[in-house]
Formats: sequence, structure tokens, C-alpha cells
Amino acid sequence: MVSRLFTNYYETVSIIIFGIGFVTLLLNRNIIKKIIGFNFMDTAIYLFLASKGYITGRIAPILLEKLGDTNLAGYQAGTAVPNVQNYINPVPSGLVLTGIVVSVSFTAFFLALAVRLYREYKTLDMHEIISIMNREENKE
Amino acid sequence: MLEYTTIINNDYHYVINSIVQNFPCISIILSFLSGIFCAALKSKGAKKLCFFNLTVGFALSLATLIYCLKVGDYYIYMMGHFPAPFGNEIRVGVLEALMATSFTLVMMLSLMGGLKHIYHDVLPDKQEYYFLMMTLLYTSLIALIYTNDLFTAYVFVEINTLTACAIVMLKHSKETLVATARYLMMSLLGSGLFLIGISILYDITGHLLMSNIKEGVQNLVATGRYTFPLEMIICLFAIGLGIKSALYPFHSWLPDAHGQSTSASSAVLSGLVLKGYIILLIKLVYRVFGFNVINNSKVLNILFVFGILAMTIGSIKAINERDLKKMIAYSSVAQIGYIYMGIGLGNELGMVAACLQILVHAFTKPMLFNTAGAFMDTANGSRKFKDLKGAARKNMYAGIAFAVGAFSMIGIPLFGGFVVKYNLAIAALNNPSKAVIALLALIISTVLNAIYYVPALMVLFKKDDSTKKIVVIPDKKDLGFIISNGIFIICNFILGIMSSYFIKLIIDGLKVFS
Repeated sequence: MVSRLFTNYYETVSIIIFGIGFVTLLLNRNIIKKIIGFNFMDTAIYLFLASKGYITGRIAPILLEKLGDTNLAGYQAGTAVPNVQNYINPVPSGLVLTGIVVSVSFTAFFLALAVRLYREYKTLDMHEIISIMNREENKE
Repeated sequence: MLEYTTIINNDYHYVINSIVQNFPCISIILSFLSGIFCAALKSKGAKKLCFFNLTVGFALSLATLIYCLKVGDYYIYMMGHFPAPFGNEIRVGVLEALMATSFTLVMMLSLMGGLKHIYHDVLPDKQEYYFLMMTLLYTSLIALIYTNDLFTAYVFVEINTLTACAIVMLKHSKETLVATARYLMMSLLGSGLFLIGISILYDITGHLLMSNIKEGVQNLVATGRYTFPLEMIICLFAIGLGIKSALYPFHSWLPDAHGQSTSASSAVLSGLVLKGYIILLIKLVYRVFGFNVINNSKVLNILFVFGILAMTIGSIKAINERDLKKMIAYSSVAQIGYIYMGIGLGNELGMVAACLQILVHAFTKPMLFNTAGAFMDTANGSRKFKDLKGAARKNMYAGIAFAVGAFSMIGIPLFGGFVVKYNLAIAALNNPSKAVIALLALIISTVLNAIYYVPALMVLFKKDDSTKKIVVIPDKKDLGFIISNGIFIICNFILGIMSSYFIKLIIDGLKVFS
């Protein structure tokens, strides 16, 4: 069981980073640290996906007219590489790209929210903000 | 590539022989385009475009529903002309078309009923963005309903979350910022879990289209490989979507987000946004894993227990609440519990009752939130019960609509809520191991519902003896509000009286769903 964790070390590392990000987003009181945690979490998933798409010894799925001097087994320099067997799986890379777009927009939204929260409450501590809000509600 | 093309040529589900079959795709693209144009328009123009888009969307989904009823089978529409395991596709059957039609109607009516409050609560220079967000929210909802691709579903889940947070935040006040921050945080946790679930599922099956994943999963189960990752994935999906749809232990963000926002936002959030994720979960159960795999895993028991906890504890929290909108929000937690209990019963009837509850709740809760907004007008915007004494007498239309909604939620015969509880009870009797607990929970939850809705009605209809002056005089001739609530009331009665027809529709839909 433990040896498997070392064989698939990419997955192990990415799940550990995911856990760190998840806990930071959930439990940290500082909003900026929460955003950092969220980015950790998403980056861990991209690492997982990228490691899943990679196949040892193959190249990125770009159709090359000339291979140049990459030393792929069975292919000489200067020949075209139309064969599927030479490429890594491109789908996870596409997923990572989409995921990055999503996470960037969420980061932007969360940061904008943090700016507005700081302007209103003069603090970035979530607990403090909530206690200030409750105090103001009870005063009314 | 060649062999897949032959498969598709032999599968009649891929045949497009009617113009109606293009309508789901057209409605998604049209809403996206209107969303983009909304950003460029002024507030009035954006509103018109938003309503135009919703009207066209309603007509298109209704035509799709009629077509699906006529054919009685599902069809698959290729997005981008790449065949099955590679391309993206949408899949339309009776259930999807029914949900899309009713969601469009609810969206339109909620916006119509809360329009006055939108103009009051949202800053004038930001109103066009409100309609932009609503249009995009609508797009993501129907895309979530129709899509047959898991990663596309993830992208639309994220668009849904982002726009939902934005419509909470667009009400100009300090409290909504905090509510949005909590909502956003919990939603991000949920989507993180959902995304890692998709990644691992892609890892072990190698597909992203739901039908292909199902083949892979059934294959893995038959050969007994990857049993632990598979259970993990099911749990990740269930918890991720549970957080997003405010299942009981993860509901903490809901009362704030739904209670603080403007009434149209609360209506759409609790009526539709929560349901979009649940429909995705039902899709996962039927189309991605297969009912047998989900039934063999223990996750249904967890959902069942959480559902029952939500039904009781959500109601108890609502009883203690002194704030009208927050009370309705806690009632949403309880009603979501009914849906999860139906799913958790693990039989076909439970699923039918869950789908029916999605419809009933979608047609009832927006009405309650919109009327709550109208009551707040009579008390200078206060949401507290002590200020709302006699509010229903000052605005009788809202009073009638609130009473109908409350009766439906309690489960009085003739109203939609009763049919749901009746069907849930029948479904519970078909599952002997869970029958006693489920029936007990139904009884307790019904009593609790009555305990907070009846006093609320009594306070609202009480004669107000105090001589407090009303600053904001309620606009009794708000035509949009009256029409929208009228249609909501009619829909409630239709769902309650003609329920057998809708149940038949849902059963037909679920047959071709997997």
C-alpha cells in the first residue's frame, strides 16, 4: 500500500497539496490567505491532471513538419511525425487550460470582494468582520 | 475514428430530422449572446433583452418538450460534429425539457415579481450588470440540464456559482458582502471537490462524455477493479454537490446569502440555483455511474441521513428565526432535505418524488421570497416579524400568495407540497429498511413546518393597532408582481391537482434518462 504512494508520487503530492489548500480555504481567518488556499487547491488538481496526461518519452501533440534533433525512438531528424503513438494525451492539458481560466476569474472576483470588504470593515479577518456585522445588527 | 462513426450511423438517437431538435442548442447560444449584449446596454435595454431572451427560451424549451413527448425518446445533439467519445454533445429527453421549461418560467416570473426591488436595491449604474448576471445564470442552468459531458457540466457549475455570488453581491449593502464571501468560500470548496472527482474519474475511465464513462464504470465494476477510487469519487461528487446545494451540515452559507439579497435574487437562488446542482447529481446517479453502482455504494445512506437531518433541523432553526426572509431561507434547507431523502431512498419512486419536489419547490419558494419583499415595503424595509405585524392586510395580493405558498410548504391537500409528501411516503414504504425512519421524519417535519408557517401567517394577517407611519407606501398596483404571483398560484394548484400527469411525465423522463 505505502509503496504505491511512492510509485504514483505525482498523485500523492497533488492530493496533499489539495488537502492543504482545502483546509486553508475552509479554516484560515484571513481572506487573502483563503484566496491563496483556493489557488493551491486548484493548482493541485492541475498537477494531478497534467501528470495523468503525460506518457513517458512522448512529446506534446503538435504536428511537426520537421522533428529537429529530438531523439525519439524510431524517428530520424527531418521526418514528419503523424503517428499517434508519439504524442502524450492532450485532453488533460485542455482540461487544465479550462480550469485555469475558471480559477483566474474566481480569484479576480474574490480579490475584488476582499477589497470591498476591507473598505467597509477595515479588516481582512473573517471572524472579526462577522462579529462586527452581528454587533451592528443587534444595535438596530 | 472510423468504427465510432459507424456506431453513430447505426444509432438512431443521433439522427436529426426535425428543426425542433436544434432548439436546446439555439437557446443556450442565444442566452450567451444576450448576456454579452446586456453588458453593452443601459439598464432599461438590458432588462428588455433579458426578458426577450427568457421569453424566447421559454418558447423554445416548450417546443422541445412537446417534441420529446411526441417522440417519447431522447436524442443526442452533437456540438461541433465530432462523434461520440471525442466531441461534446447535449442530450435531450422528456425530463430535461420539462425541467428547462419550468426553470425558464420560474426565472421569468421571479424577475417580474422582484423587478421593483431590483431597481430599489441595486445601484442605478450597476443595474445592467444585474440583468447580465441573470442571463448568464439562466444560460448555465439550462446548459447544466442539457449537457451530456462531465467537464462541460463542471464549467457551467462554475459559471452558475460565479453569477449566483454576483447577484447576491449586487444589492448595495454591507451585509451582502459578508454573505457573498461566505457563499463564495463554501461554493469554491464544493467545486474543488467536484473537480478532483472528475479528474480521478477521467483517470480511471478515460472518458468525459457521460454515456462513455458509464460503460467504463460498469466495466470496472464487473471486473472488480478500482473499487476504492470509485467509492471515493462517488463521495466526492455527493459532498461537492451537497455543499453547493446546501445539504444540511453544509448549509451555513444559505440563510445569509438568501436572506440578505434582493428578493428576485433570493427567489432565483433558492428556486433554481440549488436545483441545478441536484439535477446534475441525479444525472450522475443515472447516466455516469448507473443506479446499481450508486445503490451498492453506501453514499445513498449518507444522503438519506443528511436529508432527514436537514428536514428536522432546518425546520427547528426556522422556528427560532425572528427574521421573515431568513425563516424562508431555513425552510429552503428543510425542503432541500426532502429532495435528498427522496434520492437517498434508493428506489425509482423516491427519485420520482425528488424530481417532483424540485418542481414544486421551484414554483413555491420564489413566490414566498417575492411576497416577503413586498411585506418588507410596508415596514420600511425591516425583515423582523415585530415590524411586519399586519403586513398582509396592507398588501392583500402578497398576503394571498404567501398563504398559498405557506400551505403548499406545510403540505395541505390540493397544493403541490402535499403530493410530494404523499409520494415520498409511498416510496418509503417500498424500501422496508428505511421506511420507519423516513415516515417518522416526514410526520415530524410536517408538524414543524406548520409550527413556523402558521404563526408567521397569523402575525402577517393580524390587525395592526399601532399608529406607526409607513414611509415606503407599498405599491399596490405593481402589475408585474400581481401577474407573477397569480401565475405562481395557478402553477401551484396545477401541480397539486394534476400531479398524476406530472408524475407520469417524470417517470417517462427517467426511463430514457439513463
